[in-house]
Amino acid sequence: MAKKEMRQPIESGCPDGFQYMHPLMLKNYGNWKWHDHPRPGVLRHVAHSGDAIWTVKAGTQRILDMFTLRKLCDIGDQYADGHVRFTIRSNIEYMVEDEAKVDPLIAALEGEGFVVGGTANSVAMISHTQGWLHCDIPGTDASGVVKAMMDELIDEFKNCEMPNRVHITTSCCQINCGGQGDIAINVQHTKPPKINHDLVANVCERPSVVARCPVAAIRPAQVNGKPTLEVDEKKCICCGACYPPCPPMQINDPEHSKLAVWVGGNHSNARSKPSFQKLVASGVPNNPPRWPEATAIVKRILKVYKEDAKDWERINDWIDRIGWPRFFELTGLPFTKYHIDNWRGSRKSLNASTHIRF
Amino acid sequence: MSDNKHPTPMLDELENGPWPSFVSGIKRMRDEHPDDRVNSMANDLLGQLEHSYETRKGYWKGGTVSVYGYGGGIIPRFSEVGKQFPESREFHTLRVQPPAGNFYTTDILRQLGESWEKWGSGLVTFHGQTGNIMFIGATTENTQHFFDEINDYGFDLGGAGPCVRTAMSCVGSARCEQSCANEHKIHRTLVNNFTDDVHRPALPYKFKFKVSGCPNDCMNSIERADMAVIGTWRDEIKIDQDEFKAYLDVKGRQHVIDNIITRCPTNCMTLTDDDKLEIEDRNCVKCMHCLNVVPKALSPGDDRGVSILMGGKRTLKIGDLMGTVIVPFMKLETEEDYERIVEIAEETIDFWAENGLEHERCGEMIERIGLVNFLEGIGVDVDPNMVSHPRESSYVRMDGWDEEAEKWFQRKAEEKSAAAAA
Repeated sequence: MAKKEMRQPIESGCPDGFQYMHPLMLKNYGNWKWHDHPRPGVLRHVAHSGDAIWTVKAGTQRILDMFTLRKLCDIGDQYADGHVRFTIRSNIEYMVEDEAKVDPLIAALEGEGFVVGGTANSVAMISHTQGWLHCDIPGTDASGVVKAMMDELIDEFKNCEMPNRVHITTSCCQINCGGQGDIAINVQHTKPPKINHDLVANVCERPSVVARCPVAAIRPAQVNGKPTLEVDEKKCICCGACYPPCPPMQINDPEHSKLAVWVGGNHSNARSKPSFQKLVASGVPNNPPRWPEATAIVKRILKVYKEDAKDWERINDWIDRIGWPRFFELTGLPFTKYHIDNWRGSRKSLNASTHIRF
Repeated sequence: MSDNKHPTPMLDELENGPWPSFVSGIKRMRDEHPDDRVNSMANDLLGQLEHSYETRKGYWKGGTVSVYGYGGGIIPRFSEVGKQFPESREFHTLRVQPPAGNFYTTDILRQLGESWEKWGSGLVTFHGQTGNIMFIGATTENTQHFFDEINDYGFDLGGAGPCVRTAMSCVGSARCEQSCANEHKIHRTLVNNFTDDVHRPALPYKFKFKVSGCPNDCMNSIERADMAVIGTWRDEIKIDQDEFKAYLDVKGRQHVIDNIITRCPTNCMTLTDDDKLEIEDRNCVKCMHCLNVVPKALSPGDDRGVSILMGGKRTLKIGDLMGTVIVPFMKLETEEDYERIVEIAEETIDFWAENGLEHERCGEMIERIGLVNFLEGIGVDVDPNMVSHPRESSYVRMDGWDEEAEKWFQRKAEEKSAAAAA
């Protein structure tokens, strides 16, 4: 029996993007002069040559089925120039040369249920991970949380009324694949893992798991005559890092895996150096299908931010100006012993001054 | 689809509301797609997801799946409840590298869609958090068929596992007036130099490149990349005083003072009594704020290049880290320049591959061994731009001081004569 010839892969790597670029972008590559923002969801970029290109941005469900993808393509062919790109937050952008196409394009997108917006000082599409739909270590869902929250925040996506853009992220475990955000809603486990001692030796490479613990709380053990691992529960910070390399160390708990809310992450260098998000709320129930408690907190924070912050202040800029005590006062969120950091380098976060607002 | 639809009362709730619903999309694949295979896959996927919503647990586990010739690029997903939901029992994701800048035509999107619905679930995301096109849901056997098909027309897998991962670059020079670099070229030059390391994971852990054309850093590279390449400039910001005046006439002096002048992090700007903007460029840290506010009036300077930061990562295991400056500025114009940036990447990955512990990111390694050891390891000289301030602790052995100071003076003398010669 002849051996089947296996197809060798063509190791082409990252494809060239120029072949798909709008001809006007290609023509003016590296020669753009200025842009403006005529209305929410629309950008106009003008090149040194005088050419102008219009971009219409639209939010989608991010997990695209074939019908939706084809619909987006149909719209691109009928109402735009057939050239698109996707943003880092999975919005779609249509680039068109002719200004007259912009309004009909917007109407076509909105007519099909897509949401035009997400530019400038709006609440951008929430970036998220895979959750129960696809992740192997999720504490909660991702696309469901985002759908539930964007339903409530849709007006802020469609209008540009925030002091500056708001980047919200969600992550379905404490690894935080969703990234840092102005507001982040992440899983926070509150109990140590429940270990299935019968399975550990079969499934887990025990030394790797021991090494994975940030606080060295795991050690080898014998339970019921089986080699396994045990956790020093006084040391355990319930981060879930042991779970990916060892699924029998089940960290996810329907009741005790909660959500935590963080604010003030900012990737940009504008006005201040990039900053990490800070804990503001925890113990939030993980409540599918709509996560109303988490959504309510996010909305409350956004309301306060919108009313109190000055133009161009991102959430971190705003809090730097008004101070954290006022943030907790305005939002009504409780300040607890858990807000004070005791991880490495934490002393830098303490207030070593008399800079106190009264 | 026959009448074996799993009831999904909790997911049904997510069909309400104005935002587009992924649940409706998956249901359409279950109910309306002409291919039975797609219908049943979607049905079981929804069944398992509903089960997760009810029990608040996930039911996917990993494994090992790859295409012939590669050791990575596929996220294996086997269902722990495959008996109940057999048609989505194997539901792997293929990570596919997108064109740099995420540009597509509707034609190529359709083509990818056609290939995908032939072999997979028909669900796709543009793009995942690292930057891959995520084709979500194929059986082990079909991952090979799908890959073969799209590989034939120019697409390749991205990274998964302890390897060089798919990179990202911003829209940059293709549309943005703030772009100070050829992001597209940098992205492909870097990641395609390491194609072997993308497809055959043999590194301590993952390594990510991200390229942003200006310090707004829309690719979030400082916080998310092991090697962040950020376009910048070192000469004067270009000011069009007429456009600036036009802006001021509309918004008023107070607005300009409150929103531009006083927001400068180094106080390097002033508004003159005759409404002109003056910038003390030697104190400008290229934060982009003023350019963001008045893009018609201000532009980056012409002496452009990139800053390179290294070590960014997410939370596991020592917490989130930001990349820090390793190369304050380098030109990226000539072929030699591009060779140099690739060399920097190679030195870094080689050093980290040799010295990083298992599962240790580059930033964690730097944290463990200290920046100075890292710099020595990759052959880069120390530079005051690498620190926010010098050390505050005297606990260091400094009997090599004279030698080290001499190195600095030597370098400065060389730079001076190189500048004079140019």
